Amino acid sequence: MTKKMKNQLQNIVIAAIVFLVGTILPTIISINSNIELIIFLAAYVIIGRDIVKRAVKNILSGQVFDENFLMSIATIGAFLVGEYPEGVAVMLFYQVGELFQAYAVEKSRNSITDLMDIYPEYANLKDGDSIKQIDPDEAEIGDIIIIKPGEKVPLDCKVLKGNTTLDTRALTGESMPREIEVGDTLISGCININGVVEAEVIKEFGESTVSKILDLVENASSKKAEAENFITKFAKYYTPIVVICAVSLAVIPSLIVGEWETWIYRALSFLVISCPCALVISIPLSFFGGLGGASRCGVLVKGSNYLEALANAEIVVFDKTGTLTKGTFQVKEIRNKKPYSEEEIIKLAAYAESYSNHPIAEALKSAYGKELDNHMLKEVEEIAGHGVKANIDGLLVYAGNAKLMNKLKLNFDDIQVAGTLVHIAVDNQYAGCIIIADQVKEDSRMAIDLLKASGVKQIVMLTGDSELAGEVVAKELGISKAYAELLPGDKVDKVEELFKQKTNYGKLVFVGDGINDAPVLARADIGIAMGGLGSDAAIEAADIVILTDEPSKIAKAMQISKKTLRIVKQNIVFAIGIKILVLILAAFGVATMWAAVFADVGVSVIAILNAMRALKVKN
Amino acid sequence: MKQQKGKIMKKIYILEDLDCANCAAKIENAINELDIVNKASVTFMTKKLVLDADEDKMEQAIQETVKIVKKIEPDVIMKEK
Repeated sequence: MTKKMKNQLQNIVIAAIVFLVGTILPTIISINSNIELIIFLAAYVIIGRDIVKRAVKNILSGQVFDENFLMSIATIGAFLVGEYPEGVAVMLFYQVGELFQAYAVEKSRNSITDLMDIYPEYANLKDGDSIKQIDPDEAEIGDIIIIKPGEKVPLDCKVLKGNTTLDTRALTGESMPREIEVGDTLISGCININGVVEAEVIKEFGESTVSKILDLVENASSKKAEAENFITKFAKYYTPIVVICAVSLAVIPSLIVGEWETWIYRALSFLVISCPCALVISIPLSFFGGLGGASRCGVLVKGSNYLEALANAEIVVFDKTGTLTKGTFQVKEIRNKKPYSEEEIIKLAAYAESYSNHPIAEALKSAYGKELDNHMLKEVEEIAGHGVKANIDGLLVYAGNAKLMNKLKLNFDDIQVAGTLVHIAVDNQYAGCIIIADQVKEDSRMAIDLLKASGVKQIVMLTGDSELAGEVVAKELGISKAYAELLPGDKVDKVEELFKQKTNYGKLVFVGDGINDAPVLARADIGIAMGGLGSDAAIEAADIVILTDEPSKIAKAMQISKKTLRIVKQNIVFAIGIKILVLILAAFGVATMWAAVFADVGVSVIAILNAMRALKVKN
Repeated sequence: MKQQKGKIMKKIYILEDLDCANCAAKIENAINELDIVNKASVTFMTKKLVLDADEDKMEQAIQETVKIVKKIEPDVIMKEK
């Protein structure tokens, strides 16, 4: 609680006690009505003096319809028509409401800052043999820094010495620590768990991931959602209209039927309800909470407007490689011909390709999984465009594509698969083949299913890969529409085509990995980049950045978006509904000023509590 | 095209002690009504004011903005970020 809030609370408690004395005393002993007035006036001065003061000040500077003024008029009016307790109570509840609002806002402001507690305070700069602490801002590219266990990585850097594990939870929401070795890149904002590492700074602080992410999160709420703009506009007209109604209600019926006091009392109730506070505060608070909740799961949304739009996603277009699939090659299947076993085939292939750095060779080596003994490999010769010829422990091994097998005039199974085939021949005999392909991510299927379940009408996959490769992945994931063999430019055209198929209200979402699909990310209503951690291009180009590699986070983001919008709608309907209802009841004299206080402060409090739900995200 | 009009500038301010949501909305509306401002956004939750104006008009825009803030919420202190 801030000092200001404490003061306010003190005033509220004292005024409430005086108010209670004023209400209870007359029921015990009979007192002069002047004494009663003095007690209530005292309570009013304690609780209302600031507001009246501010009202006067604002009128002098030309501000008429402001809350302070309206509250002052309503309460002073209540005193004038003889309703002292109401005059004090309205002010008292108004202040309780204000205090609660300030508290709630403070609390959610804090919970979001805690969430984004990734700002590094210092960096340990290695300066010769000594280490000195500097501001991360002062570090330059090429500087050597030391990161100790428990410290935050202050700048994006590359490990020169030491191993460790890295906690990326604050950025990605991922609880599994990352193993780090020499040569790996450390991303700023993550926490070093156990080892001491020495690393070279590769980006200045302003360009480091942590600054970019903080910047993005902090600025997200300045891109406002339509619902927010609607409320701002509504608020602009609401207060003057209610005030005009109040004035007419006080004057017109009185001129016709008399009874000035009754009509003025009813009009004063109008003034109490005339503040649109409940809406003005709870709608941005909901979006703020939604944005915060999303960033806690590693989904950075660049603006409230995108969070709002995501709920209406109608067509979701995925890029295949790197988005739905891992984008790395892996051995999928081994077809051995007897007498060779699967094990032998993969071993021979791994040895034959052991000098190559090609992704295919890497996949073979990692599938073999054992240390390679260089003495086994006697001779290697590359046959360009075909494969390799090698002498492995006395065996003459050919490893390569179908062309190589044809050249050797061997009988082999020329199968059609989605992926790359490596055929193996040993001593001029066909020994089998290895199928290497990209792998679908573990949660891709779940992501597609969840999106379908949450009402996305069309899910489309685009890929630059072959028809067959595209088809296999699409089938595996249950995607009915897939376009293959597309050049980057074709992807934009396809997205344009899809735009024509959606309704005006629905949104088109494109999900890519941020590498060379920037034009499509920009063209889509909402561009989502995956695996954004460490990729500047992705963070720049997209409207939503998913920091982990999981496509299922898109469904999660949509869930958060829908929940936030549901809360926003509830608050709009609830707040406007109650206010209008009470206005009507007050006009007919059914609702008292107490009901008006509820319609103002009570509604605000309930709407704020409801808005704070947006921050909570189930995992 | 944009070059002829002069460069667009963005300035960010923190509105300290901004504690009334409706005032934030009013400040935003009032600044947006200034002709010299391209766009202004006040975010109650982060207390942030983002002012967007052409470079040559920025000075004037800032002065007008300070006046507006002072008028609507006299307690608020505007600090450059």
